[in-house]
Amino acid sequence: MTTFWILAPIMVVAALGLIFARKAVHAALALAVVMISLAVLYAVQGAPFLFAVQIIVYTGAIMMLFLFVLMLVGVDSSDAVRETIAGQRLLATVIGLVFGITAVIAIGQTVSGAVVGLQEANGNGNPYGLAELLFGKYVLAFEFTSALLITAALGAMVLAHKERLTPRHSQADIAARRMREYAESGRHPGPLPTPGVFARHNAVDTPALLPDGTPMEASVSQSIVDRGQVRDGFDDDINKVVEQLRPEDGNGAGGEK
Amino acid sequence: MNEYITLSLILFTIGAVGVLVRRNAIIVFMCIELMLNATNLAFVSFSRQHGNLDGQVAAFFVMVVAAAEVVVGLSIIVSIYRARRTTSVDDSSLLKS
Repeated sequence: MTTFWILAPIMVVAALGLIFARKAVHAALALAVVMISLAVLYAVQGAPFLFAVQIIVYTGAIMMLFLFVLMLVGVDSSDAVRETIAGQRLLATVIGLVFGITAVIAIGQTVSGAVVGLQEANGNGNPYGLAELLFGKYVLAFEFTSALLITAALGAMVLAHKERLTPRHSQADIAARRMREYAESGRHPGPLPTPGVFARHNAVDTPALLPDGTPMEASVSQSIVDRGQVRDGFDDDINKVVEQLRPEDGNGAGGEK
Repeated sequence: MNEYITLSLILFTIGAVGVLVRRNAIIVFMCIELMLNATNLAFVSFSRQHGNLDGQVAAFFVMVVAAAEVVVGLSIIVSIYRARRTTSVDDSSLLKS
C-alpha cells in the first residue's frame, strides 16, 4: 500500500501535466511517467507479466512512436490557446469534474467483498496462468488480435505511403524557378539574408535590420518563426542602431521608424 | 481495493477532459492512451479482487488493441499533417460545409 500512496500523487500530477503542458514533448514525458508508475502498480498487484508488457509495449514502443511522430511533425504553434467554440474549455472542465466526482462517490458507496488475492491463481507463476487462459479460454480472441495487428500494420503502411502528385524538382528546376521569379517579381535569386546583420544581437533568432532600421523577416529561419522564438521587443535596439547609423546632419541612412 | 479504482477513475477523468480541452491531435491521442491505461489499472485491480486472471488477460488485450490503434492513428495524423501542414484538430474541418 505504501507504493500506492507514493505513486498515486505522482501519477495524478503527471496526468494533469498532460492537460496543462504547453509543449507536446512535455506532455509525452508526463505520460511516460504515468505509464511507468502504472507498471509498478501492476507489479505490486500480482501481475508481473503485465508489468513487463507495460514497460515494453507502452513506454518502450508506443511512447517512442509518439515522440517519433512529434519529431516528424515538428514543433508548430498548432496548440494555440484560443478557443474556437466559446466556453468549451470551461464546460469541458465542469463536465469532467462532475463525471469524476459522481464516479468516485459511486465507487465509495459500493460494497465489495474481501480481496481474494492472486496467490492461488498465480500458483504456477503468473505468466503460466495467463498463458493457460490465453491459449485456452481466450484462444479465439487471441487469434483475432493477430489479424488485427496485421491489418493495423498494413493500414499504417498504406496511410504512410506518399503518392508523388507533382514531378520531382531537380536542382536545375529550382535554379530556373528562381531566375523566373527574379524576372517577374524582382525577388533576389541568391540565398536569403543572414540574421543579425546590423542588429544588436548576432544570433539566429534576431532578424537582420534593413538600412532604414526595419527588421527583415526573411532573414530568420522559418522553423524559428513557427516556434514563436523570434526575439522581439527590439524597438530599443532598432532605435539605437538607427541612431548609430544616422550621420550627424540627420538625413543619411537613418529613416523614419 | 477502492483506492486503486478511485485512482483509475481520476486518471480516466483527466484523460477525458484532456481530449475535450486540447487542440493538438497528438496530445488528444495521448489523452486517449491515458484513458486506456486507467481502464487497465481497473482490470488488474478487479483481477486481484476476484482472485482470477481473467482481468489481466483483458488488460493484455487492451494493450494489444491500443498498440494497433496507435499505429493507425499516428499514421493518420502524419498524413493529415502532410496534406494540411497542421496537427490542430480545429483545422480538420473540410467535411463541415
